[in-house]
Amino acid sequence: MLNCKQATALMSQEQDRPLDLKERLGLRFHVSMCAGCRNFRKQMAFLHEACAHYPDAATKQQEDDRDPV
Amino acid sequence: MNTSSVHQAMSGVWAQLDGFRDGMLRFALLQLRNRSVAEDAVQEAMLAALEGAQRFDSRSQLKTWVFSILKHKIIDIIRQRSREPLLDCATDELPEDAFDPLFSERGHWQKAERPSDWGNPEKSLENTRFWTVFEACLDHLPENTARIFMMREFLGLDTEEICKAVGITPTNCWVVLHRARMGLRLCLEETWFDTGRK
Repeated sequence: MLNCKQATALMSQEQDRPLDLKERLGLRFHVSMCAGCRNFRKQMAFLHEACAHYPDAATKQQEDDRDPV
Repeated sequence: MNTSSVHQAMSGVWAQLDGFRDGMLRFALLQLRNRSVAEDAVQEAMLAALEGAQRFDSRSQLKTWVFSILKHKIIDIIRQRSREPLLDCATDELPEDAFDPLFSERGHWQKAERPSDWGNPEKSLENTRFWTVFEACLDHLPENTARIFMMREFLGLDTEEICKAVGITPTNCWVVLHRARMGLRLCLEETWFDTGRK
């Protein structure tokens, strides 16, 4: 059975590669019982989302300063 | 269109592109960590974007386009660099046991270290101060760790391409990415998400 440390590694890797069936089932089972890892998983998804927003956010302030629309 | 109206249109586009300059520079600098290299990349991306920029009628399309050009420039620079000296010891930057204190001996979260509920973190994306913290947290990661993470998340390269560019195995790459995310989430939790609720 997975512990939290192993589960975090899989939750990172699921951002980078498809997990195999055994990994997916193990992770699903672990996460269903572990609130900390459920939060961790949401945080991983958020990091990904934040990175996608970064170019927009980085230019936004400058645009706000120069070009009030 | 006569020459002077072409010229006028070009300078209008240039002014728009110039409005993205600071953000592009921050984006490039985070990844390249060398000001003159980053400035050159931004300048080249802006010049390349000028060509054909008339096609875009919205500011956000133009921004997306110039950033995609900049991403390709950054990828080229990283590839060129990696042909010379390999990024040394990328996997050793954050030691294997760097995050062990977060876990018990059996590998479960220590009570105090259990990841907290960030609520609606998407709200933070609208907050300028959040991005200052986010940049600081990225900057706080060891250089190669941060670079590999940004190659994945900012440049959208897959693990295989990253392996090729920096000369590490896919397994090492996943390990580095995992440590980068562990470091980043911990930094954000400590300096942003947990401070708000105390």
